Amino acid sequence: MLAYIIRRVFQSVIVLLVVGLVAFSMFRFVGDPVDNMLGQERTQADIERLRTQLGLDQPFPVQYFRFLKGAAEGNFGVSYRQGRPVATIIAERAPATLELAFVSGVLAITMGIALGVFTAIRRRGAAANIIMTLSLVGVSLPTFLIGILLIYVFAVELGVLPSFGRGETVRVGEFWTTGFLTTSGLQALILPAITLGLYQMTLIMRLVRSEMLEVLRADYIRFARARGLTERAVNFRHALRNTLVPVITVTGLQLGAIIAFAIITETVFQWPGVGLLFINAIQFVDIPVMAAYLMLISVLFVTINLIVDLLYYAIDPRLRIDGRTA
Amino acid sequence: MTTRFAEVWDSDFVWNFRHSPVAILALLVVSVLVLAAIFAPWIAPHDPFNPATLNLMNGFTPPGEPNAFTGETFLLGTDDQGRDVFSTILYGLRISLFVGAAAVFLAMVIGVILGLVAAYVGGWAETIIMRIADVQLTFPAILVAMLIFGVAKGFTPPEYRNEVAIWVLIVAIALSDWVQFARVVRGAALVEKNREYVQAARMIGRTGPAIMMRHILPNILSPVLVIATISLALAIIAEATLSFLGVGAPPTQPSLGTLIRIGQGFLFSGEWWILFFPAVTLLALALSVNLLGDWLRDALNPKLN
Repeated sequence: MLAYIIRRVFQSVIVLLVVGLVAFSMFRFVGDPVDNMLGQERTQADIERLRTQLGLDQPFPVQYFRFLKGAAEGNFGVSYRQGRPVATIIAERAPATLELAFVSGVLAITMGIALGVFTAIRRRGAAANIIMTLSLVGVSLPTFLIGILLIYVFAVELGVLPSFGRGETVRVGEFWTTGFLTTSGLQALILPAITLGLYQMTLIMRLVRSEMLEVLRADYIRFARARGLTERAVNFRHALRNTLVPVITVTGLQLGAIIAFAIITETVFQWPGVGLLFINAIQFVDIPVMAAYLMLISVLFVTINLIVDLLYYAIDPRLRIDGRTA
Repeated sequence: MTTRFAEVWDSDFVWNFRHSPVAILALLVVSVLVLAAIFAPWIAPHDPFNPATLNLMNGFTPPGEPNAFTGETFLLGTDDQGRDVFSTILYGLRISLFVGAAAVFLAMVIGVILGLVAAYVGGWAETIIMRIADVQLTFPAILVAMLIFGVAKGFTPPEYRNEVAIWVLIVAIALSDWVQFARVVRGAALVEKNREYVQAARMIGRTGPAIMMRHILPNILSPVLVIATISLALAIIAEATLSFLGVGAPPTQPSLGTLIRIGQGFLFSGEWWILFFPAVTLLALALSVNLLGDWLRDALNPKLN
């Protein structure tokens, strides 16, 4: 057990070190940071002083180590484009992305489970068939086209929902801005949240449906029916509960995907989040922002996967045998 | 000659195809689109990249209606600069298909070689290759492609960025996609490796690379083909997504994704055709390649039926 955890953590650290090396190399070798920071009127002394100040006169491994240390402390340097610390910019943008991801996640889980249960119980019904067919279409449509389609229907044709931005936001605490407290903020959330959550919703729905169909065939469901329990109790107390373990693991893994796909949704709706920040950073080659996003997203994914792997290991005893041989 | 034809015509594979209306339709759509892309310079009524042939007066002509000032008619209308939408779609299709096909080909070459090495050589090589594959698989492919594109763009000197963008895009999508090939090839090659014909080849003194490429590879081609087809659909969507986000094809070489990006700007002003036709073309292409891949998977895997 301990050996497995140590090896798994070690592996995660290696991944992060490699990503860190890529991020650092971008910093070090793309353009000259001194050029970027000093204006037109500079002397050789200015350049030398800044080089020493930034530690650019140190050997490569020392610089790399200092970069990692800075990144661990949340210091990613100054954005070339906005001239402000990257950490501050990301902190400003993070609430928008996190709120969007949260609403999409809740939407995907609740709607996914509800529709999954419905299509499993009413397997032969017309409504269930329509939902299943629609879900296939939903999976094969690219995310950005779904967003554009929603904008066309609800913003252009019906004119009931905003097509871009976050609406009015309220400042809570020092860093957090929330769109949950104003009507326009909530309205602005609807279309992006559906766009972002749709794929995960269909995924969860199809998973719940197939698990439910499996469970409903099990003996203990027949016994429950034979005991004279109501359909409601059988379906929800007995069947649904036993389908939730795989749903929880898949949902955990999809958490990272929601953050990643937020990039697309945020661009379609001009949602002022971290994803849009990253896309703009790529367009304008704003290295510090790109490097910071690269590091952040890697830490996020590596952590999620580490947790899921360790959970699996805790839940499934078979892995312990495989773990030793692999 | 006739018997040879009858043999192919009646083979399981072709019989299967003849009796699948979905597959026939999908192949038809893909063929038409591929031919349209290849012959774009001859089919396209206008050259959208030659400013001399453009007339700003033709801007925003609705599809099929004569322009109010010049009286010219365009099948699918024109965009804000008076470019014929039909022609830009043909050229866009060209870029999309080229990037998709090249990316899948590159991913296939990388994946097949690494997969074969992992299976045949084993040991450290296998551990390293498969670990990298595992780690990469935990990140969504589109995010990997985006990150690679961003990093590569950062390393390219500004004056070459537009020139190399298409190639960077191809490499980025390929590197986000090779894992599928490597895993499938490794799995299949591990089985083939212990077959008698491989032992026989080793016996007569053939070297490792020769056995891998000449003996094992031909026997595991069908799963590779299936993965390639499905990957092509994914690569086309990935390319469109990246170009739509503005981090893919450069403005000088617009792909279908770029055209959709441009079209989105006119959604509110009512010029729907600038967005609608490229989007429909992209969907038709991605969907038919996908259906073709599904059919191929079922046809080459009799066990699944």
